[in-house]
Parts: sequence; C-alpha cells; structure tokens
Amino acid sequence: MYDGIVQELIDELGRLPGIGPKSAQRIAFHILQTETFDVTHLAEVLMTVKEKVRFCDVCGNVTEQELCNICRDPRRSAATICVVEEAKDVVAIERTREFKGLYQVLGGAISPIDGIGPDDLRIRQLMQRLADGTVTEVIIATDPNLEGEATATYLSRMLMHLDLRVTRLASGLPVGGDLEYADEVTLGRAFEGRRLVEN
Amino acid sequence: MIVTHLSLTDFRNYTTAEVPLVAGANLFVGSNGQGKTNLVESLAYLSTLGSHRVSVDHAMIRQGAEAAIIRARLENGERQILAEVQINRSSANRAQINRSVIKTRDLPRYFSSVLFAPEDLTLIRGEPSGRRRFLDELLVLRSPRLSGVIADYDRVVRQRNTLLKSARASGVKGNQLGTLDIWDDRLVDLGSQLIEARSALITELQPEVTAAYTAVAGEDHHATLASQLSIFSGSESDDAGGAALRRDIITAREAAVAFRESLVRLRRSELDRAITLVGPHRDDLVLELNGLPARGYASHGESWSFALALKLASANILRRESNMGDPVLMLDDVFAELDESRRLRLAAAVADFEQVLITAAVLDDVPAALTGNTVHIAHGTIVGSTP
Ligand SMILES: Nc1ncnc2c1ncn2[C@@H]1O[C@H](COP(=O)(O)OP(=O)(O)OP(=O)(O)O)[C@@H](O)[C@H]1O
Ligand SMILES: [Mg+2]
Ligand SMILES: [Zn+2]
Repeated sequence: MYDGIVQELIDELGRLPGIGPKSAQRIAFHILQTETFDVTHLAEVLMTVKEKVRFCDVCGNVTEQELCNICRDPRRSAATICVVEEAKDVVAIERTREFKGLYQVLGGAISPIDGIGPDDLRIRQLMQRLADGTVTEVIIATDPNLEGEATATYLSRMLMHLDLRVTRLASGLPVGGDLEYADEVTLGRAFEGRRLVEN
Repeated sequence: MIVTHLSLTDFRNYTTAEVPLVAGANLFVGSNGQGKTNLVESLAYLSTLGSHRVSVDHAMIRQGAEAAIIRARLENGERQILAEVQINRSSANRAQINRSVIKTRDLPRYFSSVLFAPEDLTLIRGEPSGRRRFLDELLVLRSPRLSGVIADYDRVVRQRNTLLKSARASGVKGNQLGTLDIWDDRLVDLGSQLIEARSALITELQPEVTAAYTAVAGEDHHATLASQLSIFSGSESDDAGGAALRRDIITAREAAVAFRESLVRLRRSELDRAITLVGPHRDDLVLELNGLPARGYASHGESWSFALALKLASANILRRESNMGDPVLMLDDVFAELDESRRLRLAAAVADFEQVLITAAVLDDVPAALTGNTVHIAHGTIVGSTP
C-alpha cells in the first residue's frame, strides 16, 4: 500500500479492463516519474471524451455528433445492416473495406450472468429501422462465442418472419496464418464444421 | 517418453533441486513430509497444468518466494525437449519449450503423464463430480476440441441458472422465457455432444478396466462401468440417481431427443428451484464389482484395485494412441495401501512402461523389481541415490 493519493491512482487504473495490479502500479509510476509526460493533455482528452462522445442516434456507434460518420455517408447502401456487439467491431469490419452498408451496434450480447437481457441491447432500434422495407439483408456479426451465438439465435428468431435475407458471418480458421499455428480447439472446431466442396 | 532430468526452483519445500532420472523405475524414499509427493506433483503439473492436491497454483510456490520454476529434460526416442514452466504469484505463468516462449496452455502437448495417488480412492468412494472430472480430463487429452465444448457447456449451465433465478424473482415474464429457449438450444446441443463423447469413452475403457483390474487384483471381479444419465431419469433429485444404467454408446442425436423431453417435463420444477436439473453436469459413472455398486459395497483393497484399474486403463489408452511414446507413470504412496501379492502384480502391470516414478515412505513396501534407482529425500533436499 502506498500513501493516499498514489494508491488511489493505482486503484483507479486497476479498475480499467485488462489492467492488473502490477500494470496499474507500473503506469502510475510512469506518470509520476516521467518528466515529459503531459498529464494535463491526458486529463483534457479524458474529460472531452466523456463530454463530447455519444452514441449515434441511428446505429449506436460512437460519434461526436447526432449521427456517426458512417450513417452520414451518402455512399453507404441503406439496403444492408450489419449487426455487431461493440463499436470496436465496426472499426474491425471497416478495416476490411468489404462492407458498404450500415451498422447496428447492439452494445453487448445477451448474458444473464452479466445482467444483460435483450431489452438492454439496441434490438428495438434495429426492428424500427427494418420497418419501412428499405433494408433487404441483415448480416449478424456477433462474436463467435457462447453469448454472441445466443444473441445471434435470438436475433434470427426475431427476424425470421420479416421479408429479409438474414446471414451470419462464417467462423473458423484465421486466414493468412499458417494451419500449424491454429490452436487445437479452433482447428478441431473447423474439422467439425467442414463443408462439402462445391464446384 | 521419459524424463531424464528434473530441476526445481522454489517449488513447495524445495529451494532448488536437481534430480537425474533413468528409464524404467525410479523410487523416491524418505519419511513423511519430506518432499516426495512434491516431486511427482511438479511433473504432473508440467503435463496437465494442474495439481491433484490444490486448485490454486500459488500453493506450489515456496513460502516466501515470488515464483516457482519446474524444468524437465524430456526424451522421446531420439528427440530431446527442454520443457519449463514458471508459476508466478502475482502475474501470469510462463512456459518455454527449448528456451523459446510458448503459450502456457500449449505445454501439455509436449509431455504426458498419469499420476496414481491416494486421492484416487475418491473416484470409487466420492461424489459423482470426481468421476465426471476423470472422464472429462481423459476426453480432453484425447480430443482437445472437447475442452471448448466442456467449458461452453459449464457456462451455459451458469447462464441458464442465472436466468431461471431472475425469472423466479420477477415472477416469470414471457420475454425472459423467450431467451430461456435459446439457452436450452445451446444446453442440449453442447450437452448431447458431451454425453456421446463420455459414453463412447466408457465403452472403450471397459475392456481395458477389466484387464487392468484382473492384472492388479489377480482375480476377475467383473469390474464394470456404466453411464447413469440424468436425461433418462424420471426424478428431479440431485444427480442422476435412479436412472437406468447404459453401457452402450449414446449418440448425440438420441441424447438430444431425451434431453429436450426432460427439459419440457421439468420446466416447472426448474423454474421453482432455479437450477438446471438435467444434463451431463448431473450424470454419474457407475462402477460395479460382481454386480454390486463399488461405492458402498467394495472393501478397501477392492476399491483401491478399482481406482488403480481406472488409472491404468486410461494410461493404456493414452499409450496406444500416443505419437510421443508412453505417458510417464507416477505412483504416489500407492504400494503402502496394497497387500503383498497386489504389490507384485501392480509392479508387473507397470513394468513395461518406458518410465515409472514411485514414492514411498517405507522402502520395504516397494517390490524389489522397482528399487533400481532409489533417490533419498529429506527436508526438501535430495540426500543421495543408490543406483
Ligand atoms: N508452498 C510451500 N512452501 C514451503 N513448504 C511447503 C509448501 N507446500 C508444501 N510444503 C511442505 O512440503 C512438505 C510436504 O511434502 P510432501 O507432500 O512432498 O511430503 P511427502 O514426502 O510426500 O510426505 P508423505 O510421506 O507424508 O506423503 C510439508 O512439510 C509441507 O509443509
Ligand atoms: Mg506424499
Ligand atoms: Zn450511425
């Protein structure tokens, strides 16, 4: 334990995701000891971020305005919506440059353990966007884990009765890597989910 | 596969230890509490990333030290491997193979061992959870993909139980029941895969267990294994008591049908009790001798023979399928529990494994055939060896 405010800083940093007690201590002492470290700038950025950044009124992505830059972009097709859990998933998919439609950011996945049910996600907003018939395809891109799959199942049941194409991203081996480096669980699942080669 | 050298730093009561080992039998002797079990525990950790004695890793770090290091030189035919793991008190553990860092969870694929310990008696006498763990650990060794299925299944049960609890608390809203169906799908899908895998393993173990029991006990007491599955039981009691025994392979398809039926039948009780009442987390592996359940009927020596037979059977299966030689067998305090003729027969049953490590407090308890390389242990130090 350190004196008062130093320990408070360590505790506060330690509350951040992915930062354990050791790292929190290292960051705290970096801030304390490094002369060139601009604390004021960091503090300002943190304040501004909380003040200015909000969620897009349409899709739930992070933005500084009412609509995010994707929803504002007239070149994006309004016929396709890709449903993701978090704003960081939007960034990941945008990096691929493959997708030209719009997003719906749910804000998480269904997980009773974490107290998250369907009503806590932006599912109602999604249903509203689908009401006028502009959207013809919904791509479900929730995480390929238990909660992501459960959310995908829930969504596909909600969408089943609408006149829509509903697709789910394929999951499997990381492409570009070597087969030999895939871990045995991923590789084993890929074997289970193998498909007939069509030609 | 054999271990040619074991080095420990700050592991349990060892500050440092350097233990050269040979192919065939190696015996660690010393009085109670000197550090014999600690030696085999360290090697078991290297091959399973777990301990049969504790569930928390830091118990294995020497009192007052920050990190324990287990390093073993392994030999598989011509191939030499240096495997190392560092168990850290306040950060993630680190593993190395031939001095390059690897993912810690990949370590078990380089070294396989089977540990026989006094705690194995709970396989026969203890709760069903110990027998489920025995099956699941063997399943994962043979088919690593199943570790994902098992972890996901356990998580579905937790998610579902939480949902049942909140449904009970709020008086069951239609909406919440909507998501219960979704968890039911995952529960049935993952659970049925696990039921099929376990039942297939049980049918494979059966002939091995029969042979191993006879080899150890000297007589055939009809040691048999059977699945007791909660999805086939009419009752909602804890665990699968009362369900008919099955000795055949239950396909995932058959399991899924029965699973769904019991969920429908038990929905009311599940909502009342707010727990998931059926599924592989409530199943049991029933062990019988001469048609009677071993739990509650078998003598101490018979129970021991059965426990040894289960371990020996799993070692034989792993050995048959392995492409890295035999698993290293470790017999911790096993001989003290057996009569003279069972000692001799156990020694014969393990004699053709590439390497066997034995611990004993009393040298005379161990058959002479296994005392070739005897290492003396006192107060966490290797005090000498008599090859
Ligand atoms: N983390 C630790 N730090 C220091 N000492 C420890 C630690 N964990 C266990 N010990 C000590 O190690 C000793 C036990 O060693 P071990 O279990 O290997 O004994 P053993 O030789 O197998 O004895 P027995 O014949 O009774 O089975 C005990 O004295 C225990 O206090
Ligand atoms: Mg011991
Ligand atoms: Zn938007």
